[in-house]
Amino acid sequence: MSPPKPNHPGEGRENRPSLISRRRSDQLAGRLFFVFSVIPVALAILILGLLIYKSWPLLKTHFLWQLLFGQVWKPEDGLFGFWPFIAGTFWVTLAALVLAVPPSLLTAIYLSEYAGRTLRTFMKPLLDLLAAIPSVVYGVWGTIAIVPLIQNALIPFINRHFWNIPLISSQNPTGYGILAGAIVLAIMIVPFIIAVLYEILENVPKGLKEASLAVGTTKLQTVRWAILPGVLPGLVAGVVLGASRALGETMAVMMVVGNVIQVPHSILDAAYPLPALIANNYGEMMSIPLYDSALMTAALILMIFILMFNIASALVLQRVLGRKWV
Amino acid sequence: MKKRWARRHIIEAIFKALMVISFALVAGSLALILWTILSKGLPAMNWAMITQTSSGGYYLGKTGGILNAILGSLYMAGGGTVLALILGLPIALYLETYLDNLAWGRYVRLALDVLWGIPSIVYGAFGFLVMLALGMRASMLGGIIVLTLLELPILTRAMDEIIRMMPDELEQAALALGSTRLEVALRVVTRQMLPGIVTAVLLAFGRGIGDAASVLFTAGYTDRIPTSLLQPVASLPLAVYFQLSMPYPEVQKRAYAAALILTLIVLAVSLGSRWLAGRFNKNVIR
Repeated sequence: MSPPKPNHPGEGRENRPSLISRRRSDQLAGRLFFVFSVIPVALAILILGLLIYKSWPLLKTHFLWQLLFGQVWKPEDGLFGFWPFIAGTFWVTLAALVLAVPPSLLTAIYLSEYAGRTLRTFMKPLLDLLAAIPSVVYGVWGTIAIVPLIQNALIPFINRHFWNIPLISSQNPTGYGILAGAIVLAIMIVPFIIAVLYEILENVPKGLKEASLAVGTTKLQTVRWAILPGVLPGLVAGVVLGASRALGETMAVMMVVGNVIQVPHSILDAAYPLPALIANNYGEMMSIPLYDSALMTAALILMIFILMFNIASALVLQRVLGRKWV
Repeated sequence: MKKRWARRHIIEAIFKALMVISFALVAGSLALILWTILSKGLPAMNWAMITQTSSGGYYLGKTGGILNAILGSLYMAGGGTVLALILGLPIALYLETYLDNLAWGRYVRLALDVLWGIPSIVYGAFGFLVMLALGMRASMLGGIIVLTLLELPILTRAMDEIIRMMPDELEQAALALGSTRLEVALRVVTRQMLPGIVTAVLLAFGRGIGDAASVLFTAGYTDRIPTSLLQPVASLPLAVYFQLSMPYPEVQKRAYAAALILTLIVLAVSLGSRWLAGRFNKNVIR
């Protein structure tokens, strides 16, 4: 801010605005700002309301149970079974979490407890860059680097040695499948999960660590017995938040996951997650009755999962990060 | 005295090694992605890519470039970011300086959290439905509006976080000197959070320019550079996606080059925000 100006009588601004006009503009701006703050609330209600309104024709004519767990997707015959898409979404998300969580947790602990100052300042821009790379670029990378690797190296290996093991063996000859989607997705959510976990670990007071170290524990024992018990709900919430990001990811997953309508049984099978269903079919939906309603139902199902994950983790994180430590 | 390795020290060493490996894995994957995009994209890169628009048979392997998509993306992300800032800054200022009803503030923040979690494909579908109801065709205006909706929660939440980190005493001191809340908001808070605003704006811009799913139905696609808001417009992420899904190798190579251009723009924005934030930091009182 500028240095203070000498304030002699007669100097300063001519025609100073009167107190009344200042108060009037203050109140006017207050009302205007309030109107702006209505926008996010109205928008959230509007989006959810429109999704429900648009899915209603389908929900009215079909049993919810048949929609959610029906396995047959034949819109031209009026059969709308979402189970292949729901199952595909969960396979990809779960596999991505299995790949992403251990390195994220270890990296976050390393950064907050072990790493020196240089490494920490170096890590922040690195994670920002990883988070900034667009989804479609991840998709391109997946098709260039990951899919051929799975197709030419992993699948022959598994067919030779593990062909009879469930969840791994597959008839899918291409590299496009759940594993490729999960690897790409895992790298996309890693910076996000690390950032949340790191913030939680940094929030633990130094005194707690010092007290534990002072009685002669190793750093790892301090992490295990002094830090983790207190922040565990927060760590779980951070992972759940990462899962909700993964659920809605469209482009990158769509480009490598194969998009075959089936209930997957193996990590190498192709899948067809809900966001890909919407993205691939939205343009051509007008001719078949109830098809647009079905795609909006897909969006609604996706939104309900994401909202549950988001709100649950937000509530836990609020408590963990806002906690008063003794 | 011989140093004894207790079991806990061995475990500690093992875990520390695991941590360093994880860290290297994360850093290495970034390097691997950048290297792959660079090594595949650079050979396919030429001047025509960034100086010409797509010709009629461009997607079948004929000559041309993707200037239309580059400009389209810059227009849409720029427009969306400006609109999102115009809407978002008052919300962030309101939450900090004016709000006397705390319950309402909780609702607004909850709504922002909900909006932030909505996937971009749902924004795209929502935008398409609204445009259909209004009788609008796929156009640059539609793309800008959808990107505004997508960026609004990112921008507002980021600014809200920054204002909350500001020391309360600064605001109290200004109020104690007789400033109105509007004067505090405009002259103290906004100036104090300027570096934060710059970072948030560039973050939102980067998200907007890289997002494909939201503009898929709303902005359309064309080979020309748009001259009006109501014309359809191409975008860089969709150019990458469409070229990659063509069966011709020479077109797919151009997808790599287009991905490289998109990556370079996003990296420049990300690094630029760091540099700018550092420069504006001198206005901040700590």
